[in-house]
Amino acid sequence: MGAKICVCLKVVPRAEVQLRIEEATHRLDRSGASELNPADEYAIEEALSIAASLDAEVVAVSMVPLSGVETLRHALALGVDRVVAISDVSLAGADMVVTSRVLAKFLEREAPDVIVLGSQAMDGRGAMLGGAIGQHMDLPVMSGVRSARVEGGRLRATRLSADGEVVLETTMPCVVALSGSANVPRYPSFRDIVTSKRKDISVISAADLGLVPSESGPAGSRTHVIGIAPRPVRQADAEIFVGEDGAAAFLVDVLDRAGLT
Amino acid sequence: MSGADMSGSGSDAPLVFIEVRRGAATPGSLALLATARRLAGAAAAVVCGPDSEHVARTLPGYGADEVWFADQPTFDAELPGPIIDAVAGLIVARGFATVLLETSVAAVEVAASLSARFDAGVNWDLQDVEMRDGQMVGTRLALGDTVVVDVGWTGELRLASFRLGVGEPVEQQVPGSVQRLEPSISSRALRTTIHERRDSTHEGAQLVDAAVIVAGGRGVRDAASLQLLEALASALGGMVAVSMPLVDRGWYPVSAQVGQTGQKVRPRLYIACGISGSLAHRVGMEKSGTIIAINSDPSASIFGLCDAGVVGDLHEVVPELTRLIRARRAAEASAAG
Repeated sequence: MGAKICVCLKVVPRAEVQLRIEEATHRLDRSGASELNPADEYAIEEALSIAASLDAEVVAVSMVPLSGVETLRHALALGVDRVVAISDVSLAGADMVVTSRVLAKFLEREAPDVIVLGSQAMDGRGAMLGGAIGQHMDLPVMSGVRSARVEGGRLRATRLSADGEVVLETTMPCVVALSGSANVPRYPSFRDIVTSKRKDISVISAADLGLVPSESGPAGSRTHVIGIAPRPVRQADAEIFVGEDGAAAFLVDVLDRAGLT
Repeated sequence: MSGADMSGSGSDAPLVFIEVRRGAATPGSLALLATARRLAGAAAAVVCGPDSEHVARTLPGYGADEVWFADQPTFDAELPGPIIDAVAGLIVARGFATVLLETSVAAVEVAASLSARFDAGVNWDLQDVEMRDGQMVGTRLALGDTVVVDVGWTGELRLASFRLGVGEPVEQQVPGSVQRLEPSISSRALRTTIHERRDSTHEGAQLVDAAVIVAGGRGVRDAASLQLLEALASALGGMVAVSMPLVDRGWYPVSAQVGQTGQKVRPRLYIACGISGSLAHRVGMEKSGTIIAINSDPSASIFGLCDAGVVGDLHEVVPELTRLIRARRAAEASAAG
Protein backbone atom coordinates (compact mmCIF):
# COMPACT_ATOMS: atom_id res chain seq x y z
CA MET A 1 0.00 0.00 0.00
CA GLY A 2 1.39 3.35 -0.99
CA ALA A 3 1.97 6.27 1.31
CA LYS A 4 -0.86 8.70 1.93
CA ILE A 5 -1.12 12.25 3.22
CA CYS A 6 -4.44 13.68 4.39
CA VAL A 7 -5.10 17.38 4.63
CA CYS A 8 -8.07 18.80 6.55
CA LEU A 9 -9.73 21.81 4.91
CA LYS A 10 -12.29 24.35 5.94
CA VAL A 11 -14.66 26.32 3.74
CA VAL A 12 -15.25 29.87 4.97
CA PRO A 13 -17.25 32.87 3.74
CA ARG A 14 -15.35 34.85 1.12
CA ALA A 15 -13.20 37.64 2.46
CA GLU A 16 -15.36 40.33 0.84
CA VAL A 17 -18.62 38.97 2.25
CA GLN A 18 -19.94 40.97 5.19
CA LEU A 19 -19.97 38.39 7.96
CA ARG A 20 -23.24 37.98 9.79
CA ILE A 21 -24.39 35.76 12.60
CA GLU A 22 -27.91 34.33 12.33
CA GLU A 23 -29.93 35.51 15.26
CA ALA A 24 -32.04 32.38 15.65
CA THR A 25 -29.20 29.85 15.61
CA HIS A 26 -26.24 31.98 16.71
CA ARG A 27 -24.34 30.48 13.80
CA LEU A 28 -22.34 32.17 11.11
CA ASP A 29 -24.51 32.89 8.08
CA ARG A 30 -22.98 30.71 5.37
CA SER A 31 -25.48 31.52 2.63
CA GLY A 32 -23.11 33.90 0.83
CA ALA A 33 -20.16 33.13 -1.44
CA SER A 34 -17.53 30.89 0.10
CA GLU A 35 -13.86 30.15 -0.38
CA LEU A 36 -11.24 27.83 0.98
CA ASN A 37 -9.84 29.09 4.29
CA PRO A 38 -6.81 31.01 2.97
CA ALA A 39 -4.50 29.36 5.53
CA ASP A 40 -5.47 25.97 4.11
CA GLU A 41 -3.58 26.72 0.90
CA TYR A 42 -0.42 26.48 3.01
CA ALA A 43 -1.63 23.15 4.37
CA ILE A 44 -2.23 21.84 0.85
CA GLU A 45 1.19 23.04 -0.26
CA GLU A 46 2.89 21.41 2.73
CA ALA A 47 0.93 18.18 2.14
CA LEU A 48 1.91 18.15 -1.54
CA SER A 49 5.56 18.73 -0.73
CA ILE A 50 5.65 15.99 1.92
CA ALA A 51 3.78 13.72 -0.50
CA ALA A 52 6.34 14.38 -3.25
CA SER A 53 9.13 13.04 -1.05
CA LEU A 54 7.15 9.87 -0.26
CA ASP A 55 5.49 9.45 -3.65
CA ALA A 56 2.24 9.57 -1.66
CA GLU A 57 -1.38 10.12 -2.54
CA VAL A 58 -2.90 13.33 -1.14
CA VAL A 59 -6.48 13.18 0.13
CA ALA A 60 -8.31 16.29 1.30
CA VAL A 61 -11.24 16.10 3.71
CA SER A 62 -13.61 18.78 4.88
CA MET A 63 -16.69 18.97 7.04
CA VAL A 64 -18.76 21.33 4.96
CA PRO A 65 -22.40 22.24 4.21
CA LEU A 66 -23.58 20.93 0.82
CA SER A 67 -23.56 24.49 -0.53
CA GLY A 68 -19.80 24.67 0.06
CA VAL A 69 -18.76 21.37 -1.53
CA GLU A 70 -17.89 22.90 -4.93
CA THR A 71 -15.50 25.31 -3.18
CA LEU A 72 -13.30 22.31 -2.40
CA ARG A 73 -12.62 21.83 -6.13
CA HIS A 74 -9.84 24.36 -5.75
CA ALA A 75 -7.89 21.70 -3.83
CA LEU A 76 -8.12 19.39 -6.85
CA ALA A 77 -6.80 22.17 -9.09
CA LEU A 78 -3.86 22.61 -6.74
CA GLY A 79 -2.90 18.95 -7.13
CA VAL A 80 -4.77 17.06 -4.41
CA ASP A 81 -5.64 13.59 -5.75
CA ARG A 82 -8.98 13.07 -4.06
CA VAL A 83 -11.43 15.25 -2.10
CA VAL A 84 -13.99 13.95 0.36
CA ALA A 85 -16.72 16.21 1.76
CA ILE A 86 -18.43 15.17 4.97
CA SER A 87 -21.75 16.91 4.59
CA ASP A 88 -24.73 16.36 6.79
CA VAL A 89 -27.40 18.71 8.13
CA SER A 90 -26.95 17.19 11.58
CA LEU A 91 -23.38 18.55 11.63
CA ALA A 92 -24.44 22.20 11.38
CA GLY A 93 -23.19 24.06 14.42
CA ALA A 94 -20.86 21.23 15.46
CA ASP A 95 -18.33 22.32 18.07
CA MET A 96 -14.68 21.30 18.26
CA VAL A 97 -15.46 18.08 20.14
CA VAL A 98 -17.83 16.91 17.41
CA THR A 99 -15.73 18.19 14.49
CA SER A 100 -12.59 16.45 15.71
CA ARG A 101 -14.50 13.21 16.36
CA VAL A 102 -16.03 13.19 12.87
CA LEU A 103 -12.74 13.98 11.14
CA ALA A 104 -10.87 11.41 13.26
CA LYS A 105 -13.41 8.76 12.30
CA PHE A 106 -12.81 9.47 8.62
CA LEU A 107 -9.04 9.66 9.05
CA GLU A 108 -8.94 6.32 10.89
CA ARG A 109 -10.52 4.77 7.83
CA GLU A 110 -8.01 6.39 5.47
CA ALA A 111 -5.04 5.56 7.73
CA PRO A 112 -2.71 8.24 6.32
CA ASP A 113 0.99 8.54 7.17
CA VAL A 114 0.69 12.26 7.88
CA ILE A 115 -2.33 14.47 8.64
CA VAL A 116 -1.83 18.17 7.85
CA LEU A 117 -3.99 21.07 9.08
CA GLY A 118 -3.70 24.75 8.28
CA SER A 119 -3.98 27.38 10.95
CA GLN A 120 -6.59 29.98 11.43
CA ALA A 121 -4.23 32.63 12.50
CA MET A 122 -6.75 34.41 14.66
CA ASP A 123 -8.06 31.71 16.94
CA GLY A 124 -5.65 28.80 16.66
CA ARG A 125 -8.45 26.54 15.54
CA GLY A 126 -6.15 24.45 13.35
CA ALA A 127 -3.95 23.60 16.32
CA MET A 128 -7.05 22.88 18.39
CA LEU A 129 -8.44 20.44 15.84
CA GLY A 130 -5.04 18.85 15.25
CA GLY A 131 -4.49 18.29 18.96
CA ALA A 132 -7.91 16.72 19.37
CA ILE A 133 -7.58 14.53 16.28
CA GLY A 134 -4.20 13.31 17.53
CA GLN A 135 -5.75 12.39 20.86
CA HIS A 136 -8.69 10.56 19.25
CA MET A 137 -6.33 8.57 17.01
CA ASP A 138 -3.53 8.18 19.59
CA LEU A 139 -1.06 9.86 17.21
CA PRO A 140 1.72 12.30 18.06
CA VAL A 141 0.97 15.94 17.27
CA MET A 142 3.27 18.77 16.27
CA SER A 143 1.62 22.18 16.13
CA GLY A 144 2.64 25.74 15.33
CA VAL A 145 4.75 24.23 12.54
CA ARG A 146 6.37 26.41 9.86
CA SER A 147 7.82 23.62 7.75
CA ALA A 148 7.83 19.84 7.79
CA ARG A 149 9.69 17.15 5.87
CA VAL A 150 10.38 13.45 6.07
CA GLU A 151 13.86 12.58 7.27
CA GLY A 152 14.97 8.97 7.83
CA GLY A 153 11.43 7.66 8.11
CA ARG A 154 10.46 10.26 10.71
CA LEU A 155 8.71 13.58 10.31
CA ARG A 156 10.83 16.58 11.19
CA ALA A 157 9.12 19.93 11.81
CA THR A 158 10.34 23.42 12.60
CA ARG A 159 8.41 25.82 14.74
CA LEU A 160 8.98 29.13 16.46
CA SER A 161 9.84 29.18 20.12
CA ALA A 162 10.26 31.95 22.65
CA ASP A 163 14.01 31.91 22.05
CA GLY A 164 14.17 31.29 18.31
CA GLU A 165 13.27 28.06 16.59
CA VAL A 166 12.98 24.47 17.62
CA VAL A 167 13.14 21.43 15.36
CA LEU A 168 10.93 18.55 16.48
CA GLU A 169 10.94 15.00 15.22
CA THR A 170 8.32 12.30 15.54
CA THR A 171 7.26 8.93 14.27
CA MET A 172 4.71 8.51 11.49
CA PRO A 173 1.75 8.40 11.37
CA CYS A 174 1.40 11.80 12.99
CA VAL A 175 -0.53 15.07 12.94
CA VAL A 176 1.02 18.36 11.82
CA ALA A 177 -0.80 21.66 12.50
CA LEU A 178 0.82 24.59 10.69
CA SER A 179 1.31 28.13 11.91
CA GLY A 180 0.27 31.01 9.63
CA SER A 181 2.20 31.27 6.39
CA ALA A 182 4.36 28.18 6.32
CA ASN A 183 5.36 28.21 2.64
CA VAL A 184 4.53 29.73 -0.74
CA PRO A 185 1.37 28.11 -2.09
CA ARG A 186 1.35 27.28 -5.79
CA TYR A 187 -1.14 28.75 -8.26
CA PRO A 188 -3.16 26.34 -10.34
CA SER A 189 -2.58 26.54 -14.09
CA PHE A 190 -5.50 26.90 -16.47
CA ARG A 191 -5.05 23.24 -17.38
CA ASP A 192 -5.13 22.21 -13.71
CA ILE A 193 -8.39 24.08 -13.27
CA VAL A 194 -9.95 22.52 -16.36
CA THR A 195 -8.82 19.04 -15.29
CA SER A 196 -10.18 19.54 -11.81
CA LYS A 197 -13.65 20.12 -13.22
CA ARG A 198 -13.70 16.55 -14.49
CA LYS A 199 -12.83 14.99 -11.14
CA ASP A 200 -15.42 13.86 -8.62
CA ILE A 201 -15.75 15.07 -5.07
CA SER A 202 -17.24 12.32 -2.96
CA VAL A 203 -19.82 13.41 -0.43
CA ILE A 204 -20.46 11.27 2.62
CA SER A 205 -22.60 11.67 5.75
CA ALA A 206 -21.85 11.20 9.44
CA ALA A 207 -23.88 8.00 9.31
CA ASP A 208 -21.64 6.71 6.48
CA LEU A 209 -18.80 6.95 8.99
CA GLY A 210 -20.74 4.87 11.50
CA LEU A 211 -21.46 7.83 13.77
CA VAL A 212 -24.74 8.03 15.63
CA PRO A 213 -26.54 11.36 16.30
CA SER A 214 -25.51 11.38 19.98
CA GLU A 215 -21.88 11.56 18.79
CA SER A 216 -22.17 13.79 15.74
CA GLY A 217 -25.40 15.75 16.19
CA PRO A 218 -26.07 18.79 18.36
CA ALA A 219 -26.25 16.47 21.41
CA GLY A 220 -22.58 15.68 20.94
CA SER A 221 -21.44 19.27 21.27
CA ARG A 222 -20.03 20.33 24.64
CA THR A 223 -20.07 24.08 24.06
CA HIS A 224 -22.81 26.42 22.92
CA VAL A 225 -23.42 30.05 22.17
CA ILE A 226 -25.61 31.80 24.74
CA GLY A 227 -25.92 35.18 23.10
CA ILE A 228 -24.35 37.71 20.81
CA ALA A 229 -24.22 41.47 21.15
CA PRO A 230 -22.44 44.26 19.30
CA ARG A 231 -19.20 45.14 21.01
CA PRO A 232 -19.36 48.39 22.95
CA VAL A 233 -17.52 50.65 20.54
CA ARG A 234 -14.20 51.83 21.77
CA GLN A 235 -14.31 55.37 20.45
CA ALA A 236 -11.57 55.48 17.85
CA ASP A 237 -10.49 59.06 18.38
CA ALA A 238 -7.35 58.68 16.35
CA GLU A 239 -5.92 61.81 14.80
CA ILE A 240 -5.20 61.02 11.17
CA PHE A 241 -2.95 63.06 8.89
CA VAL A 242 -3.20 62.43 5.16
CA GLY A 243 -0.19 62.86 2.88
CA GLU A 244 3.57 62.93 3.28
CA ASP A 245 4.25 66.68 3.38
CA GLY A 246 4.12 67.81 6.99
CA ALA A 247 3.40 64.31 8.26
CA ALA A 248 6.63 64.05 10.23
CA ALA A 249 6.02 67.41 11.94
CA PHE A 250 2.49 66.24 12.79
CA LEU A 251 3.91 63.09 14.42
CA VAL A 252 6.50 65.07 16.39
CA ASP A 253 3.63 67.18 17.72
CA VAL A 254 1.72 64.02 18.71
CA LEU A 255 4.79 62.68 20.50
CA ASP A 256 5.31 66.01 22.25
CA ARG A 257 1.77 66.08 23.56
CA ALA A 258 2.10 62.47 24.78
CA GLY A 259 5.33 63.38 26.53
CA LEU A 260 7.29 60.93 24.42
CA THR A 261 9.97 63.09 22.86
CA MET B 1 -10.70 7.41 29.41
CA SER B 2 -14.03 9.16 29.53
CA GLY B 3 -15.92 11.56 31.72
CA ALA B 4 -17.29 8.62 33.68
CA ASP B 5 -13.79 7.70 34.85
CA MET B 6 -13.29 10.94 36.71
CA SER B 7 -13.27 9.53 40.19
CA GLY B 8 -11.60 12.30 42.15
CA SER B 9 -13.21 13.83 45.17
CA GLY B 10 -14.19 16.87 43.12
CA SER B 11 -12.62 20.28 43.51
CA ASP B 12 -14.38 23.59 43.23
CA ALA B 13 -11.18 25.49 42.54
CA PRO B 14 -10.42 25.89 38.83
CA LEU B 15 -7.10 24.40 37.75
CA VAL B 16 -4.84 26.95 36.04
CA PHE B 17 -2.26 25.72 33.54
CA ILE B 18 0.84 27.79 34.24
CA GLU B 19 3.32 28.35 31.41
CA VAL B 20 7.00 29.10 31.88
CA ARG B 21 9.19 31.38 29.77
CA ARG B 22 12.81 31.99 30.65
CA GLY B 23 12.45 30.53 34.11
CA ALA B 24 9.34 32.46 35.20
CA ALA B 25 5.58 32.04 34.91
CA THR B 26 4.11 33.99 32.00
CA PRO B 27 2.08 37.06 33.05
CA GLY B 28 -0.93 35.73 31.12
CA SER B 29 -1.04 32.44 32.99
CA LEU B 30 -0.45 34.17 36.35
CA ALA B 31 -3.40 36.44 35.57
CA LEU B 32 -5.61 33.35 35.28
CA LEU B 33 -5.00 32.61 38.98
CA ALA B 34 -6.83 35.85 39.74
CA THR B 35 -9.54 34.83 37.28
CA ALA B 36 -9.92 31.51 39.09
CA ARG B 37 -10.24 33.21 42.49
CA ARG B 38 -12.84 35.57 41.09
CA LEU B 39 -14.82 32.59 39.74
CA ALA B 40 -14.61 30.23 42.69
CA GLY B 41 -12.82 31.94 45.57
CA ALA B 42 -9.91 29.53 45.23
CA ALA B 43 -7.30 28.56 42.66
CA ALA B 44 -5.21 25.49 41.89
CA ALA B 45 -2.24 25.48 39.54
CA VAL B 46 -0.14 23.00 37.60
CA VAL B 47 3.22 23.77 36.06
CA CYS B 48 5.52 21.43 34.11
CA GLY B 49 9.12 21.72 32.96
CA PRO B 50 12.69 21.65 34.17
CA ASP B 51 12.35 24.89 36.19
CA SER B 52 8.89 24.13 37.45
CA GLU B 53 9.61 23.59 41.16
CA HIS B 54 11.08 27.07 41.46
CA VAL B 55 8.14 28.54 39.52
CA ALA B 56 5.63 26.52 41.55
CA ARG B 57 6.90 28.06 44.79
CA THR B 58 6.17 31.56 43.47
CA LEU B 59 2.52 30.78 42.66
CA PRO B 60 0.96 31.09 46.15
CA GLY B 61 2.14 34.71 45.88
CA TYR B 62 -0.46 35.12 43.10
CA GLY B 63 -3.31 33.33 44.86
CA ALA B 64 -2.69 29.64 44.12
CA ASP B 65 -3.94 27.57 47.07
CA GLU B 66 -2.75 24.24 45.71
CA VAL B 67 0.16 23.87 43.31
CA TRP B 68 1.48 20.79 41.52
CA PHE B 69 4.66 20.68 39.49
CA ALA B 70 6.27 18.05 37.24
CA ASP B 71 9.99 18.51 36.66
CA GLN B 72 11.08 15.06 35.50
CA PRO B 73 13.54 15.04 32.56
CA THR B 74 10.74 14.16 30.08
CA PHE B 75 9.18 17.59 30.65
CA ASP B 76 10.01 20.39 28.25
CA ALA B 77 7.94 23.43 27.35
CA GLU B 78 8.35 22.57 23.65
CA LEU B 79 6.89 19.06 24.04
CA PRO B 80 3.23 19.17 25.11
CA GLY B 81 2.79 15.36 25.04
CA PRO B 82 4.04 14.53 28.57
CA ILE B 83 2.46 17.74 29.88
CA ILE B 84 -0.94 16.60 28.58
CA ASP B 85 -0.56 13.27 30.39
CA ALA B 86 0.43 14.99 33.64
CA VAL B 87 -2.48 17.44 33.55
CA ALA B 88 -4.95 14.73 32.53
CA GLY B 89 -3.78 12.53 35.42
CA LEU B 90 -4.19 15.40 37.85
CA ILE B 91 -7.70 16.16 36.57
CA VAL B 92 -8.72 12.55 37.14
CA ALA B 93 -7.04 12.25 40.53
CA ARG B 94 -8.44 15.48 41.96
CA GLY B 95 -11.72 15.75 40.08
CA PHE B 96 -11.21 19.21 38.65
CA ALA B 97 -14.24 20.52 36.75
CA THR B 98 -12.70 23.67 35.26
CA VAL B 99 -9.33 24.23 33.60
CA LEU B 100 -8.11 27.69 32.59
CA LEU B 101 -5.33 28.05 30.00
CA GLU B 102 -3.64 30.62 27.81
CA THR B 103 -3.73 30.37 24.01
CA SER B 104 -0.07 29.64 23.35
CA VAL B 105 0.91 26.86 20.93
CA ALA B 106 1.50 24.46 23.83
CA ALA B 107 -1.62 25.43 25.77
CA VAL B 108 -3.81 25.01 22.70
CA GLU B 109 -2.44 21.51 22.23
CA VAL B 110 -3.05 20.73 25.91
CA ALA B 111 -6.63 22.06 25.78
CA ALA B 112 -7.41 20.23 22.55
CA SER B 113 -6.06 16.95 23.77
CA LEU B 114 -7.89 17.16 27.12
CA SER B 115 -11.07 18.00 25.22
CA ALA B 116 -10.85 14.84 23.12
CA ARG B 117 -9.68 12.67 26.02
CA PHE B 118 -12.51 13.68 28.39
CA ASP B 119 -15.23 14.59 25.85
CA ALA B 120 -15.02 18.06 27.39
CA GLY B 121 -16.11 21.34 25.82
CA VAL B 122 -13.42 23.87 25.05
CA ASN B 123 -14.13 27.53 24.40
CA TRP B 124 -11.11 29.49 23.31
CA ASP B 125 -9.91 32.98 22.50
CA LEU B 126 -11.84 34.06 25.59
CA GLN B 127 -11.66 37.54 27.08
CA ASP B 128 -13.17 36.63 30.43
CA VAL B 129 -15.31 34.14 32.34
CA GLU B 130 -17.88 34.69 35.07
CA MET B 131 -20.58 32.82 36.97
CA ARG B 132 -24.14 33.68 35.92
CA ASP B 133 -26.99 31.96 37.76
CA GLY B 134 -24.64 29.19 38.81
CA GLN B 135 -23.38 28.61 35.26
CA MET B 136 -19.96 29.49 33.94
CA VAL B 137 -20.20 31.87 30.99
CA GLY B 138 -17.28 32.89 28.82
CA THR B 139 -17.03 35.94 26.58
CA ARG B 140 -15.07 36.25 23.39
CA LEU B 141 -14.94 38.66 20.48
CA ALA B 142 -15.86 37.58 16.96
CA LEU B 143 -16.29 38.88 13.42
CA GLY B 144 -13.17 41.00 13.50
CA ASP B 145 -13.77 41.87 17.16
CA THR B 146 -17.03 43.69 16.32
CA VAL B 147 -19.33 41.49 18.39
CA VAL B 148 -19.18 39.98 21.87
CA VAL B 149 -20.24 36.33 22.05
CA ASP B 150 -21.31 34.70 25.32
CA VAL B 151 -20.46 31.01 25.35
CA GLY B 152 -21.29 28.16 27.69
CA TRP B 153 -20.28 24.59 28.42
CA THR B 154 -22.19 21.35 28.88
CA GLY B 155 -20.64 18.27 30.40
CA GLU B 156 -18.57 17.56 33.48
CA LEU B 157 -15.30 19.23 32.53
CA ARG B 158 -15.01 22.80 31.21
CA LEU B 159 -11.92 23.95 29.36
CA ALA B 160 -11.43 27.71 28.97
CA SER B 161 -8.60 29.04 26.86
CA PHE B 162 -7.93 32.78 26.96
CA ARG B 163 -6.67 35.18 24.34
CA LEU B 164 -3.06 36.07 25.02
CA GLY B 165 -2.51 39.16 27.10
CA VAL B 166 -6.08 39.78 28.28
CA GLY B 167 -5.35 39.80 32.01
CA GLU B 168 -2.91 41.19 34.54
CA PRO B 169 -1.24 39.15 37.29
CA VAL B 170 -2.53 40.07 40.75
CA GLU B 171 -0.19 39.66 43.71
CA GLN B 172 -2.11 38.13 46.62
CA GLN B 173 -0.23 35.86 49.01
CA VAL B 174 -2.10 32.77 50.22
CA PRO B 175 -0.68 29.90 52.34
CA GLY B 176 -0.57 27.49 49.41
CA SER B 177 0.69 23.91 49.26
CA VAL B 178 3.28 22.85 46.66
CA GLN B 179 3.58 19.20 45.61
CA ARG B 180 5.56 17.23 43.03
CA LEU B 181 3.54 15.18 40.54
CA GLU B 182 4.74 11.72 39.56
CA PRO B 183 2.72 11.30 36.39
CA SER B 184 2.64 8.24 34.19
CA ILE B 185 3.52 9.17 30.63
CA SER B 186 1.97 7.43 27.61
CA SER B 187 4.09 6.01 24.81
CA ARG B 188 2.44 8.46 22.40
CA ALA B 189 3.81 11.38 24.37
CA LEU B 190 7.36 10.04 24.16
CA ARG B 191 7.37 9.61 20.38
CA THR B 192 8.10 13.29 19.72
CA THR B 193 11.60 14.52 20.50
CA ILE B 194 13.60 17.69 20.10
CA HIS B 195 16.05 17.36 17.25
CA GLU B 196 17.60 20.81 17.55
CA ARG B 197 17.11 24.19 19.22
CA ARG B 198 18.17 27.27 17.31
CA ASP B 199 18.31 30.10 19.77
CA SER B 200 18.29 33.45 18.14
CA THR B 201 21.12 35.63 19.39
CA HIS B 202 19.58 38.78 17.95
CA GLU B 203 19.01 41.52 20.50
CA GLY B 204 15.29 41.25 19.70
CA ALA B 205 15.16 38.77 22.56
CA GLN B 206 14.74 41.81 24.79
CA LEU B 207 12.01 43.32 22.64
CA VAL B 208 9.58 42.86 25.51
CA ASP B 209 11.62 45.30 27.60
CA ALA B 210 11.85 48.05 24.97
CA ALA B 211 10.13 51.35 25.83
CA VAL B 212 9.87 52.33 22.18
CA ILE B 213 9.29 49.95 19.27
CA VAL B 214 9.35 50.85 15.59
CA ALA B 215 7.70 47.99 13.73
CA GLY B 216 7.70 47.17 10.02
CA GLY B 217 5.20 45.11 8.05
CA ARG B 218 4.22 44.12 4.55
CA GLY B 219 4.28 47.75 3.43
CA VAL B 220 8.07 47.93 3.80
CA ARG B 221 9.40 47.88 0.23
CA ASP B 222 12.51 45.76 0.63
CA ALA B 223 14.95 44.48 3.22
CA ALA B 224 17.18 47.54 2.82
CA SER B 225 14.28 49.84 3.73
CA LEU B 226 14.29 48.34 7.21
CA GLN B 227 17.33 50.55 7.80
CA LEU B 228 14.94 53.52 7.76
CA LEU B 229 13.12 51.94 10.68
CA GLU B 230 16.38 51.13 12.45
CA ALA B 231 17.44 54.77 12.18
CA LEU B 232 14.15 55.98 13.67
CA ALA B 233 14.35 53.41 16.46
CA SER B 234 17.88 54.50 17.22
CA ALA B 235 16.87 58.19 17.32
CA LEU B 236 14.08 57.34 19.78
CA GLY B 237 16.18 54.96 21.85
CA GLY B 238 14.01 52.03 20.84
CA MET B 239 14.14 48.77 18.96
CA VAL B 240 12.86 47.44 15.63
CA ALA B 241 10.19 44.76 15.44
CA VAL B 242 8.49 43.19 12.43
CA SER B 243 5.26 41.42 11.59
CA MET B 244 5.25 37.82 10.43
CA PRO B 245 5.42 38.38 6.64
CA LEU B 246 8.85 40.00 6.97
CA VAL B 247 10.16 37.07 9.00
CA ASP B 248 8.77 34.73 6.36
CA ARG B 249 10.68 36.68 3.70
CA GLY B 250 13.84 36.24 5.72
CA TRP B 251 14.32 40.00 6.17
CA TYR B 252 14.46 39.91 9.96
CA PRO B 253 14.94 37.26 12.66
CA VAL B 254 11.99 35.62 14.28
CA SER B 255 13.04 36.97 17.67
CA ALA B 256 11.95 40.41 16.44
CA GLN B 257 8.49 39.24 15.43
CA VAL B 258 5.51 40.75 17.21
CA GLY B 259 2.12 39.05 17.08
CA GLN B 260 0.23 35.92 17.93
CA THR B 261 3.08 33.60 16.92
CA GLY B 262 5.76 36.04 18.03
CA GLN B 263 6.30 38.25 21.03
CA LYS B 264 3.70 40.19 22.99
CA VAL B 265 4.97 43.67 23.71
CA ARG B 266 3.62 46.72 25.49
CA PRO B 267 6.09 49.58 25.02
CA ARG B 268 5.23 53.19 25.88
CA LEU B 269 5.36 54.00 22.16
CA TYR B 270 4.68 51.66 19.24
CA ILE B 271 5.13 53.01 15.72
CA ALA B 272 3.60 50.63 13.16
CA CYS B 273 5.04 51.22 9.69
CA GLY B 274 3.34 49.52 6.77
CA ILE B 275 1.47 47.18 9.10
CA SER B 276 -2.15 46.56 8.17
CA GLY B 277 -3.15 45.60 11.71
CA SER B 278 -4.39 42.03 11.32
CA LEU B 279 -5.79 40.49 14.46
CA ALA B 280 -2.78 38.16 14.62
CA HIS B 281 -0.49 41.20 14.85
CA ARG B 282 -2.73 43.23 17.16
CA VAL B 283 -2.68 40.48 19.76
CA GLY B 284 1.03 41.17 20.14
CA MET B 285 0.95 44.96 20.50
CA GLU B 286 -2.51 46.35 21.27
CA LYS B 287 -1.58 46.95 24.93
CA SER B 288 1.10 49.45 23.96
CA GLY B 289 0.85 52.93 25.48
CA THR B 290 0.71 55.21 22.46
CA ILE B 291 0.24 53.60 19.05
CA ILE B 292 1.17 55.48 15.90
CA ALA B 293 0.45 54.07 12.44
CA ILE B 294 2.02 55.01 9.12
CA ASN B 295 0.37 53.26 6.20
CA SER B 296 -0.41 54.21 2.60
CA ASP B 297 -3.72 52.32 2.70
CA PRO B 298 -6.37 54.51 4.37
CA SER B 299 -8.59 51.46 4.95
CA ALA B 300 -5.92 49.56 6.90
CA SER B 301 -7.46 48.32 10.14
CA ILE B 302 -4.50 49.63 12.14
CA PHE B 303 -6.10 53.08 11.81
CA GLY B 304 -8.97 51.83 13.97
CA LEU B 305 -6.54 50.89 16.71
CA CYS B 306 -3.95 53.66 16.73
CA ASP B 307 -3.92 56.92 18.67
CA ALA B 308 -2.55 58.87 15.73
CA GLY B 309 -1.84 57.95 12.14
CA VAL B 310 -0.44 59.11 8.85
CA VAL B 311 -1.92 57.96 5.57
CA GLY B 312 1.20 58.15 3.48
CA ASP B 313 4.34 56.44 2.26
CA LEU B 314 6.45 55.26 5.17
CA HIS B 315 9.58 55.47 3.02
CA GLU B 316 9.15 59.24 2.96
CA VAL B 317 7.62 59.87 6.38
CA VAL B 318 9.97 57.74 8.48
CA PRO B 319 13.29 59.35 7.36
CA GLU B 320 11.80 62.82 7.79
CA LEU B 321 10.54 61.95 11.28
CA THR B 322 14.00 60.59 12.13
CA ARG B 323 15.58 63.83 10.91
CA LEU B 324 13.23 65.99 13.01
CA ILE B 325 13.82 63.92 16.15
CA ARG B 326 17.59 63.95 15.67
CA ALA B 327 17.48 67.73 15.16
CA ARG B 328 15.46 68.04 18.37
CA ARG B 329 17.96 65.88 20.28
CA ALA B 330 20.87 67.90 18.90
CA ALA B 331 19.18 71.18 19.92
CA GLU B 332 18.52 69.82 23.42
CA ALA B 333 22.13 68.67 23.73
CA SER B 334 23.52 72.06 22.73
CA ALA B 335 21.06 73.85 25.05
CA ALA B 336 22.14 71.61 27.93
CA GLY B 337 25.83 72.01 27.03
